[in-house]
Amino acid sequence: MHQEYTVPAQDFSVAGVASSNFKRLLKQLNLPPKVIKRITVAVFEAEVNVIAHSYGGKIVCELSENTITVEVIDTGPGIPNLDLAMKEGWSTATEEILELGYGAGMGLPNIKKSCDRLSIKTQAGGHTHITMGFDLKEES
Amino acid sequence: MSDQIFHHAIRVITSSCKGCTHCMKRCPTQAIRIHHGKAEISGELCIDCGQCMAVCPNDAIKVEQDPFDQLEDYLVRVAIIPAVFLAQFPDTITFGEVLGALYAIGFTHIYLAETGVDILDVLEAEEGTPELPLISNFCPAVQRLTQIRFPLLVDNLSRLRPPAQVAAIFARSELAELSANPGIFYFTPCAAKIAQFKTEGSEENRLFDGIINIDTAYNLVSTYLAKHDQVQEGSFTFAMCTKQALLWSLVKGQIPSHDGRTLAVDEMHNVIEFLEILEEEEQTNLQFLELEACAEGCVGGILTVRNRFLASERLKHYSQQLPEVLDEPFVNRIRSQAEAFRENPMLPPFKATTAMGLDADRSRALYKLQKVTDILKVLPGIDCGLCGSPTCKSLAEDIARNQASLKQCVVLKLRNAQTAPSLSRIWGDKARAEDVSKDDRG
Repeated sequence: MHQEYTVPAQDFSVAGVASSNFKRLLKQLNLPPKVIKRITVAVFEAEVNVIAHSYGGKIVCELSENTITVEVIDTGPGIPNLDLAMKEGWSTATEEILELGYGAGMGLPNIKKSCDRLSIKTQAGGHTHITMGFDLKEES
Repeated sequence: MSDQIFHHAIRVITSSCKGCTHCMKRCPTQAIRIHHGKAEISGELCIDCGQCMAVCPNDAIKVEQDPFDQLEDYLVRVAIIPAVFLAQFPDTITFGEVLGALYAIGFTHIYLAETGVDILDVLEAEEGTPELPLISNFCPAVQRLTQIRFPLLVDNLSRLRPPAQVAAIFARSELAELSANPGIFYFTPCAAKIAQFKTEGSEENRLFDGIINIDTAYNLVSTYLAKHDQVQEGSFTFAMCTKQALLWSLVKGQIPSHDGRTLAVDEMHNVIEFLEILEEEEQTNLQFLELEACAEGCVGGILTVRNRFLASERLKHYSQQLPEVLDEPFVNRIRSQAEAFRENPMLPPFKATTAMGLDADRSRALYKLQKVTDILKVLPGIDCGLCGSPTCKSLAEDIARNQASLKQCVVLKLRNAQTAPSLSRIWGDKARAEDVSKDDRG
């Protein structure tokens, strides 16, 4: 099954709408609560990243019996230094974004912790394409 | 508890039900469907919150009621009454007169449910180390709502026994010398407590021998008081309770008992909105949440008689004359029964149910989810409810579960050549054109 959500740039008032809708979908599949929580956290962080740092993008979810793959594809401007971005606490957030309670530099580190597979394709000036993989084996 | 079959206290009176859809649209767990012109409530989804009863224009939803003569089976008849019951009466009737009337109509001992708050306090019962924020388990409708609709939050539910249970354990222990088998009756302000009590294997079922609806008790006491000019004032078998405990069932009543940042939310739609957010938050700075299904807390219970604001005010006013701490003799009486609480001061952990899922088997659930998405594209999306499901989305889910048919959609049915003009008068030409093109595709 396939599901897509568009994410606008700079509109923090809708941060969490896509991940929340996706969560409601996951609940109908009777997945273990802990798995749902993990996926929701990762998708939420990625959604906030698109809003805060990109020119907008979309979240593409692919659901199958044993895995869920979530691709987050934005329209730029790319992450200049990915190694730094993966470091906990490292942030490029502006004063404005910090005031909104975002930008703690935990986005990508949290995503990494929450998913089973993660690949990030990015380059300065280009798209960022994140692919997150989740295994649906029983946890709880 | 996921395998436990929940008992339900709410009934549809089919002879009065017109199938009007009011209840179906209000239900917070979408547990109601209209079938053969009557409302039907799903046992898997109902949380006995009573929202359907509150909104029914035809008086077709009732709460089950046990006969009062169940008292006759016992020699020692104990009433565990919540403060809300006392608050049902106007200022012209003293609490002492209410208690006097209760003794006169058959009870031998009366404990205030809120005394349980003080008992736990004296015994220094502690929560342990729960997931934060801790969610109060005091409102049984919220507890079941969490189990059914918010499976990610079941570990946040408090496992400390609610005050009425504590009072019942205490009363049974204190009265053990008098009778090995006392009848312990709880006065309930809502259907959710009845549902809990009547669920086989539940703690309420184990601790109480019967349940009495507050409206019934109100009528019995009022009748007695009306017939007797001189009523001897009665008092509680134990102390009343502390100032703080008396307000426990009101909004923010539990807040003073918790440290750190806390929040109280009342009314079902507010609670649901809040739980949706909480389920997605990874971290909140909140320590404790008091969530109540009814506006203003238990004074807004579906079985209460008096206006919730007046009832609440009476308790607040009365609490002024109560002590901050219990007197020493009462504290000693509590300590002398400490043994009764040694075994299990805590409730067993709560489990999430799978009632909201489309299928227990994941690949079938996935198939059905795809089906729901496909069917939704065809449905009009106006949530009229005429198909017997509360929303277009829930009809799509019902069809995917093989519990309904696309033929039930009245709007789709209207969309043929003869009725097209009348349909466009209501919904406009554009909407119709879009729908037709979708139809052509699928």
